[in-house]
Amino acid sequence: MINLNPIRKLTFGTLAFAAAMLFFSSCTTVKAYQKNKLNDAEMSLSSRKIEKTELNFQSYREGASGGNGGKTGGGCGCN
Amino acid sequence: MKKLFLSVIGMYIGILAAFSQNNTQQDSAYRSRRLTFEEANIVSSYYSQDGNNAAVTGGIGSEKLTDLSNSIDLKFSVYDKRYRKHSFTGEIGIDHYTSASSDKIDPKTISSASHADTRYYPSVNWTMENEKKGRTIGAGLSFSTEFDYQSFGANINFAQKTANRNGEFSAKLQAYFDQLSLIYPVELRAALGAGGGGGGGEDHDYPTTSRNTISGSAGWSQIVNKNLQVSVDAEVVSQEGYLGLPFHRVYFTDNSVHVENLPSSRLKIPLAARANYFIGDKVILRTWYRYYHDNWGINSNAVQVETVVKLTPFFSITPFYRFYQQTGADYFAPYQAHVAADKYYTSNYDLSAFQSNFYGAGFRIAPPKGVFKIQHLNALEVRYGHYQKTTGMNSNIVSLNIKFK
Repeated sequence: MINLNPIRKLTFGTLAFAAAMLFFSSCTTVKAYQKNKLNDAEMSLSSRKIEKTELNFQSYREGASGGNGGKTGGGCGCN
Repeated sequence: MKKLFLSVIGMYIGILAAFSQNNTQQDSAYRSRRLTFEEANIVSSYYSQDGNNAAVTGGIGSEKLTDLSNSIDLKFSVYDKRYRKHSFTGEIGIDHYTSASSDKIDPKTISSASHADTRYYPSVNWTMENEKKGRTIGAGLSFSTEFDYQSFGANINFAQKTANRNGEFSAKLQAYFDQLSLIYPVELRAALGAGGGGGGGEDHDYPTTSRNTISGSAGWSQIVNKNLQVSVDAEVVSQEGYLGLPFHRVYFTDNSVHVENLPSSRLKIPLAARANYFIGDKVILRTWYRYYHDNWGINSNAVQVETVVKLTPFFSITPFYRFYQQTGADYFAPYQAHVAADKYYTSNYDLSAFQSNFYGAGFRIAPPKGVFKIQHLNALEVRYGHYQKTTGMNSNIVSLNIKFK
């Protein structure tokens, strides 16, 4: 198993982010009238409202948080 | 509890009554400059957990906890003279929890300060969308209060679509300014000279301390083709102040008991990606991945996969699975494992090394004539999940979302 230290992992993440940007720039243009599937409520690129309490308890019960619209710290006593 | 249940029922009836006579007609050409109701959501959840590593009792003892959570949000919008859309969202949430371990802060009392508590958290948000320019700006305020914790929050956000409306850059700044009461374990109050509340009973004269959180995030979302859209998000979170909890005990190797002591600053960096793919006409694959790093020594990976199966155009089921893994914080050790030479110490198993699995399913009904043929009852969704940690903790959660439109 590859054992990357945090700095290398962050560098890797940044490079992946840059690669994603390059990938996006090569995407085809989808016209408004072609977006019926993309506009489906289930296709939303965010957590759904019903996941609200799930995201909260995960941020309390796990050391990591963020990146999903949930809490990243602050705002509650979090038992 | 009865009051909470009655409040929830009252909210449901109130929403139905409020919009039963509202039948605003709008077409795409005409944009009313009157304030228009857009939607309301009620989200209710019941969460129950159990385990045997409570932080209040130094990493041993019952983690039994229940939480009943209810929130309602209302969204209104209006167009201004320049045809910019202003949206206003108001939300109020009420959580009521009971915690077996919190009752051990002061086991001599019949019911200690944190045995059961209710948290109230209202918030307001405003966004202004310029459809012509593809630009959105917004701001919000939030407040949260419970017996031993108060929080003020503020945020501003910005989003800009690309010229072809297939990509969008977004950025958000958030800040929380929190005050927490220093309620120490009962046997340590004399030694620490505070946190006892003084006069006995349900006192409100605990000393307080602060915790501030500032975060900045940036993201990009992109339509790849007619069936696929993806996004990436990067966030930096900085916390300063009292970052432990004053009622978490830590037992050292010599059996002496101490209050959890953690550094007064923490830097968190979550990086996340999401991809949603419409397969054929009836299946949507929703995926999410997050890498996380902080300067307390926690590195984590999380991945979630959901499959939405549309059995009919208006009824879908959604099985899901989430895997999570983290390394332990540098300051964690279990019961009676810390030594006097340790500068920082905690026995909170949420900061230990572990893996977790979360799985379950949900269903969603959104018929065109309304759920149960109630016109404004736009959608109803129910979801259940079971969560298991490798430390032995497990929990169940059931949630309900009702959308009015």
